[in-house]
Amino acid sequence: MKAAKALALPAALLVLAEIGARVAGPSDSIAPPTQVVAAFAGALADGSLIAATRDTLASAFGGLAIGASLGLVLGIVLGSLRTLDRLMELALELLRPIPSVAVIPIALVALGFGYRLEIVIVAVACFWPLLILARAAVGGVEPRLIDVARALRLSPLQRTIKIVAPAALPRIFVAFRLAAGISLIVAVTVEIAVNPQGLGYEVMTAGQALRPELMLAYLIWIGIVGFALNAALVFAQNRLFGEAGRVEAVQ
Amino acid sequence: MIPIAPPLIEFRAVDLAFGDHLVLGKLSLQIRPGEIVCVVGPSGCGKTTALRVAAGLIPPTRGEVAFAGALVKAPCRDVAVVFQDYSKALLPWRTADGNVSLALEAMGTPRSLRRERIAALLKRVGLLPYANKYPAQMSGGMQQRLQIARCLAQDPAALMMDEPFGALDAMTRQSLQDELLEIARATQATIFFVTHDLEEAIYLGDRVIGLKPHPGRVGLELEIGLPRPRDQVATRESPEFLRLRRALYDFIHVTEGGGAP
Repeated sequence: MKAAKALALPAALLVLAEIGARVAGPSDSIAPPTQVVAAFAGALADGSLIAATRDTLASAFGGLAIGASLGLVLGIVLGSLRTLDRLMELALELLRPIPSVAVIPIALVALGFGYRLEIVIVAVACFWPLLILARAAVGGVEPRLIDVARALRLSPLQRTIKIVAPAALPRIFVAFRLAAGISLIVAVTVEIAVNPQGLGYEVMTAGQALRPELMLAYLIWIGIVGFALNAALVFAQNRLFGEAGRVEAVQ
Repeated sequence: MIPIAPPLIEFRAVDLAFGDHLVLGKLSLQIRPGEIVCVVGPSGCGKTTALRVAAGLIPPTRGEVAFAGALVKAPCRDVAVVFQDYSKALLPWRTADGNVSLALEAMGTPRSLRRERIAALLKRVGLLPYANKYPAQMSGGMQQRLQIARCLAQDPAALMMDEPFGALDAMTRQSLQDELLEIARATQATIFFVTHDLEEAIYLGDRVIGLKPHPGRVGLELEIGLPRPRDQVATRESPEFLRLRRALYDFIHVTEGGGAP
């Protein structure tokens, strides 16, 4: 019953869209849902959808892995060492406002088209949320717990493993979820802007070929991929950190 | 009480400054082994700071603190600290079991011995049925009992307690006071107990130290000769208790009203 209620509105909207698109007649930018579904099936059948998804996800995950790891390591270091944090602050705050896509021209000259270009841009975008949030998570571990660690004479390694890491991990994972969402957005953006591969490029060429049904099919598919990615990470988060982790992550 | 044994904890002319602000000034104090010393004083008199210095969490600016004859330079395993804010001092991602285990892990107790030790400690504070509960699933009184169990896991010679019952309701506070006295009797631990509750100080202590503020130093020492075991009703009604309470109230009233010396 609940599912039926939740689906009622989208179903009604789809019917309305179908009627609206057919009444309005042929268009360069919108298409009736039935044609979108047909275009989707076509792209799936000829393999172009799967190839484009693979290209985009490869770049997104590659960039995410590199950018997030670097951001995480630097964030933990800066969160633990206050002096270094203060020394680096100005430099980081000056670099941070630069949009990652503004690096495209330089990266294009240096690397040319292809995976490497896209991975570098995605990595730049994913670096910042991990750096900022990991630094805050490590620096923001409850001071009383640090007192407890000192009173119990935990070694620096024990303190990191038993106190700091478990206290900071749920928040760091939220940063990772954020970065994963960004990685997909930036990968598609780079493909739309310059890189001739992946889902973004397919959206562009479908639009230029005046095939709105194919363009919309790709758009909706990108939405589904992003949704699935986030759902998988939320699932992992709940499994890893449980109820307590979720509460802490929200704060 | 006749001071025959050498002091277990000794403050020797301890100064502590945060920047220009002198929190403790020439604080000297001796605590005998097995003694329960309660420290009271107006807010800002440096009670908590004195405890942190004695526990080795802050180094004194001048002067020194000795524990069992050796200078305190860092926290040591013979001294356990019970913090006031139990909800922040426990690991929220570990169960009651795991929180007690932390102290045993810190001491390098072999895994095979931990389970039994943990069960015994939880039993002592009445938390055995809650071994698998998380701190967030416990009441304030239970959380503070858990923190005390973790401290007892160190098998400490001294317990440093920083207003441990201050945030609890009156009934829970009284039962924890009696449990603490029972633990002190059974373990012979020396207890340095900071509180803002004057009656609690008299009820628990062998001696009550009143600190004067700006900077914090000893302003009053009261020997508490009330017989043990103490009783929440009878002890608190005895003329001696009321006399001591009056003396302590007068001291606090004067120091708070009079301000700087």
